[in-house]
Amino acid sequence: MTGQPVLDVRGVTKTYGMGETEVQALRGMSLTVRRGEYLAIMGSSGSGKSTLMNILGCLDIPTSGRYLLDGVDVSRLTDRQLALVRNRRIGFVFQAFNLIPRTSALSNVELPLAYAGMKAAERRRRAMAALSMVGLADRARHEPNQLSGGQQQRVAVARALVTAPALVLADEPTGNLDTHSSAEVLAVLDRLNRSGRTIVLITHEADVAAHAKRLIRLVDGQIVEDTR
Amino acid sequence: MRLIETVRFALRGVTANKLRSGLTVLGMLIGVAAVILLVAVGNGSAKAVQARIARLGTTTLTVSSGGRQVGNGATTTQNTSLTMALAQALRDKDSAPDVKTVSPVVTTSQAATFQGTSHTIAQIVGTVPSYLGASNYTIARGSVFTDQDVADGRKVMVIGQTVAEDLFGDVDPLNQQVTVNGTLFTVVGVLAAKDSTGFTDPNDVAGAPISAVQQALTGYGPVNQIVVEANSSEAVPAAQDEVTAILTQRLHVTGTAPFRVQSASQLLTTAQDTAATFTTLLGAVAAISLLVGGIGITNIMLVTVTERTREIGIRKALGAPKRTVLTQFLVEATVLSLIGGLLGVLAALIGAQFTIAGIKPAIVPSSIVLALAVSVAIGLFFGSYPASRAAALRPIEALRYE
Repeated sequence: MTGQPVLDVRGVTKTYGMGETEVQALRGMSLTVRRGEYLAIMGSSGSGKSTLMNILGCLDIPTSGRYLLDGVDVSRLTDRQLALVRNRRIGFVFQAFNLIPRTSALSNVELPLAYAGMKAAERRRRAMAALSMVGLADRARHEPNQLSGGQQQRVAVARALVTAPALVLADEPTGNLDTHSSAEVLAVLDRLNRSGRTIVLITHEADVAAHAKRLIRLVDGQIVEDTR
Repeated sequence: MRLIETVRFALRGVTANKLRSGLTVLGMLIGVAAVILLVAVGNGSAKAVQARIARLGTTTLTVSSGGRQVGNGATTTQNTSLTMALAQALRDKDSAPDVKTVSPVVTTSQAATFQGTSHTIAQIVGTVPSYLGASNYTIARGSVFTDQDVADGRKVMVIGQTVAEDLFGDVDPLNQQVTVNGTLFTVVGVLAAKDSTGFTDPNDVAGAPISAVQQALTGYGPVNQIVVEANSSEAVPAAQDEVTAILTQRLHVTGTAPFRVQSASQLLTTAQDTAATFTTLLGAVAAISLLVGGIGITNIMLVTVTERTREIGIRKALGAPKRTVLTQFLVEATVLSLIGGLLGVLAALIGAQFTIAGIKPAIVPSSIVLALAVSVAIGLFFGSYPASRAAALRPIEALRYE
């Protein structure tokens, strides 16, 4: 399964603002990630890693260059097509968990499937399977405010993987967690990777990055280090 | 994403903040209830007026000396007032075969006293016995004064229920004597009660021979009205023509007639026009409160969108298309306004059970349908701005929003 790359970034630039206030967040970046890879992207704040994350996650489009996700060029897609790509091919894990408040863990995990138009029974079955995978099947009926930070993040991971996406994108997933919860969440990610999922982890903590098998370091919108 | 799913998200959004949703619903409730209820009040008063005119009898014509007085410059020596002689002329069976009865009427309002009790009778009618039949009055006790009483100018009187109660209390009014303007009248009959039909009390009346009233109270001037009863309701137009012809001939009218001959249906038309204006006015006032309710929805939805920016960002990141987000917030706004509308209908139906300002409201079914439709339209219209704002949010910015 190492044929077609999951991520294929070719000479991508991203510019914010115009004229005097113009800021180049990404300066011609190229990056290839193969299926099943476990990649960590490190960099200080302002290095362009958030911009890269937004582009990889199809939340933003590059100013120039090409970005192929799973063989599809997403840099020229419309809003509507981008929404579809986010739904089918990408699973997000955010630093702030970003679960929908006042909504049970199960419903949160079901949400991407609901947007995909799946029937309720099938959705429930898959969501429960995803929750068991992160070890929270017994917390399915709990609402986010009844769960600990680590549990919330594991629900978010379950939500990210429930659609069986080509890519799980984790943006500082342990940034808001204590050591114990961090270990729990990272263990889940490690397990996912072992079962063949492609994971891109964005972090600034070296010990978190150490979980990954490949490390990329960003400085001023350019890749300065790429070690396996 | 199926619509039912979106509706479920929307309902959850509505119930998430119950107090806020409740107050917004209250705004719509008041608006919708006001529209339905005020239109019902307008309609109720129209019905009351119609009922009162119908009670006059569909066979009656009213001749009044209104109209424009002739003689702008052109000297008129002809007296154009309605007189007893004119009333007598209308009784001519040859020239007015469709006329059944003719009742000249003088009216006044005077204080009546009985053993120290005083009551101002709103309407003392000096007339002839046929008037009571023409005006749909019936005698409950005693008897009507007779044509002989009219001819003799006897001081006898029939009184309405209100007068009987106020003046006599528990005493039997029959054959008692009341003093009106220094003259003693003997009560010979009590009229059956008539339903109140709005602004005036139809039972606050007294009827007496026209000769007696003119002698004791009003003086021998022109009469106020001549009430003409036609043989049947079909004969009303014919009777109207005959009466007009006789009066025109008698008064030597050349230009504009100095009198008006109106049938009950014509009075009805005039009253309906007035009532329609009244209803429109009330409806317009109520519509303003509905508009205010709609603005309330916009306000609340804008707050909701701002407050839930992050949630919108999450939904978009998870692949919610623009249209789904738009639908969700539109449905939320519509649900708020629809609940408000339904509760408003309920409130209006309850409110219509009570008498408001002396008027029994009569619900207009179409106003319910209209108010509900308008409330849904308001939800869609006033919700569309906040909803499109939510849908247009860019996911990265929405996610970054604290």
